[in-house]
Amino acid sequence: MPDGAVPVLDVRGLKTVFRTRGGEVHAVNSVSFHLQPGELLGVVGESGSGKSVTMMSLIGLLPSPPAEVRAGEVLLDGRDLLKIGADELRDVRGAKIGFVFQDPMTSLNPVFTVGSQIMEPLTRHMGLTKAQARDRAAELLALVGIPDAKKRLKDYPHQFSGGMRQRVMIAIALACDPEVLIADEPTTALDVTIQAQIIELVKDLRQKLGMAIVWITHDLGVIAGIADRVMVMYGGQVVEQGPVRQLFSDPRHPYTRALLKTIPSLHGERAARLQAIEGQPPILNAAPVACPFRARCAHAHDRCQTENPQRRAVDGLAVGQGHDVACHWSPGGAA
Amino acid sequence: MTDTSAASKPSGPLRDVWVQFRSHKGAMFGLITLSILIVAVMIGPYLWVPEKLSVAQAIKLKNQGPSFRFPLGTDQLGRDMLARMLLAGRISLAVGLVAMGIAIVFGTLIGVLAGYFRRLDGPLMRLTDMFLALPLIPLLLVMVMLFRDRIAGIIGPELGAFTLIVFAIGITSWMATARIVRGEVLTLKEREYVLAARSIGARPNRIILRHILPNVISPVMVAATLGVAEAIITESVLSFLGLGFPPDFPTWGRLLYDGLQYMQVYPERVVWPGLAISLTVLSVNYIGDGLRDALDPRIRGR
Repeated sequence: MPDGAVPVLDVRGLKTVFRTRGGEVHAVNSVSFHLQPGELLGVVGESGSGKSVTMMSLIGLLPSPPAEVRAGEVLLDGRDLLKIGADELRDVRGAKIGFVFQDPMTSLNPVFTVGSQIMEPLTRHMGLTKAQARDRAAELLALVGIPDAKKRLKDYPHQFSGGMRQRVMIAIALACDPEVLIADEPTTALDVTIQAQIIELVKDLRQKLGMAIVWITHDLGVIAGIADRVMVMYGGQVVEQGPVRQLFSDPRHPYTRALLKTIPSLHGERAARLQAIEGQPPILNAAPVACPFRARCAHAHDRCQTENPQRRAVDGLAVGQGHDVACHWSPGGAA
Repeated sequence: MTDTSAASKPSGPLRDVWVQFRSHKGAMFGLITLSILIVAVMIGPYLWVPEKLSVAQAIKLKNQGPSFRFPLGTDQLGRDMLARMLLAGRISLAVGLVAMGIAIVFGTLIGVLAGYFRRLDGPLMRLTDMFLALPLIPLLLVMVMLFRDRIAGIIGPELGAFTLIVFAIGITSWMATARIVRGEVLTLKEREYVLAARSIGARPNRIILRHILPNVISPVMVAATLGVAEAIITESVLSFLGLGFPPDFPTWGRLLYDGLQYMQVYPERVVWPGLAISLTVLSVNYIGDGLRDALDPRIRGR
């Protein structure tokens, strides 16, 4: 990891709350992370751990009300995205930050051609004429590996398969050469072979275009294959963060360890039954005062009930730079 | 180059729509029937000019059956039914189509605003409820009573009556459309492609016009086509109550009600205007059906 380089995206202490009738739901609690240019950050965690909400909070995509970003800074090129106006934020979306969503089947408008949907951000942000935008759209479609791109611009979404549509979505997200691409479980809705193709495509595009990528998933296998760094989220918090090799070889948080044990192995004898993580994820109806994982943790002790652990470095580097963990029990490192 | 030919033909999508529309038999039947009806009432009254008869002559010719002199017979005052039908069609078709237009535009506007903007949802939907709760006929009566003479004084009795009736019908028939559209918009705006559009920085007006409106076309079409029939009938009710057009001024609804009293003896008096109204409604329905199919690319592909 290029140490000391200026990050493209720097998120500090982000807090997002949903106001509902049953009270407030603290979906994101003081999440901090940063993204170096060209880096791929994997974000893992089970459903409801706040992965998507965190990313959508960054660029104001959550419906408000009920969502409300309470605190934090989101610095993109030195500008705080949480402080700028709605119009300016719209100029950032699509131009500087591209978003790819989970379900390609519903992410495209069925009544317009694929071409006109790729052209939308181009004419919107880059001020291209229709003819220019059409040429660029064909380029983009070719770039994401759709053969016969010029012809296919005139096709409608229903004439594309799921994998092809996800490629189209990636083309739309990449249209304006964003600095950051946020991919929210982009392969979850696809079958395994298509999944592999999309992952290869993104790896490839990253090398060609050099943008930073945030890849949200709950598939640790995918993360191991493509990420530079991994951030593990639980209960709306970052519980562990570190370079991918280090995190996989030396997981510190009990949750990360448990997650890694849930992956079936293809090699050798089946040693033991696959382990499930017992219990349910926490209900986030109050600001956390204790460790969110305590109820499911084998190592929970008194301190875990009364104090929410802060992230601390494991390897001597500053928190966020190297490997860090938020756990009272976790072995090693400076407590 | 293949793509230059495509670029120089911007009517491509429209052509697709037309090709699909043409393959819909019902829609073509509707289009042809409605065209014939419109052309007939536009130029018919110039081609078929009724004989100038004195009142005494006319009375002798009352209640005649079809003949070469009177292809659709005469009514109880000896007036040529064909001439009256043609003239009546002008008003009825215009009232039906224009009132439908007003209802659609207004209903869609209210529905989209209420569905898309949370803040407006409550007030606009309560307004819709209020209009639904108003007893329609008394409301129309009051409107006509209050404004007929005033408007007639400004733009003349015929145009005045037309404007007032079209407006009155339009303003009291948008509620169903508004409700349907609101419901549709509520589901559409949660679709991922709307989120995707937001994620590329699209503004709300663009999201509404491009991603929501085209997708609510089909329910609006259904509401609209049914609205035409209702508008024509409402007009006839008003005329029947003496609050629409002046009594000597034929409309299909009026002819229907006039014929009603003689239905046992001369059933054709009811059949002709009834047939005209039904044909109009049926063809508008089919056209709407065909348009809906033609505008949906998923169906068009087949």
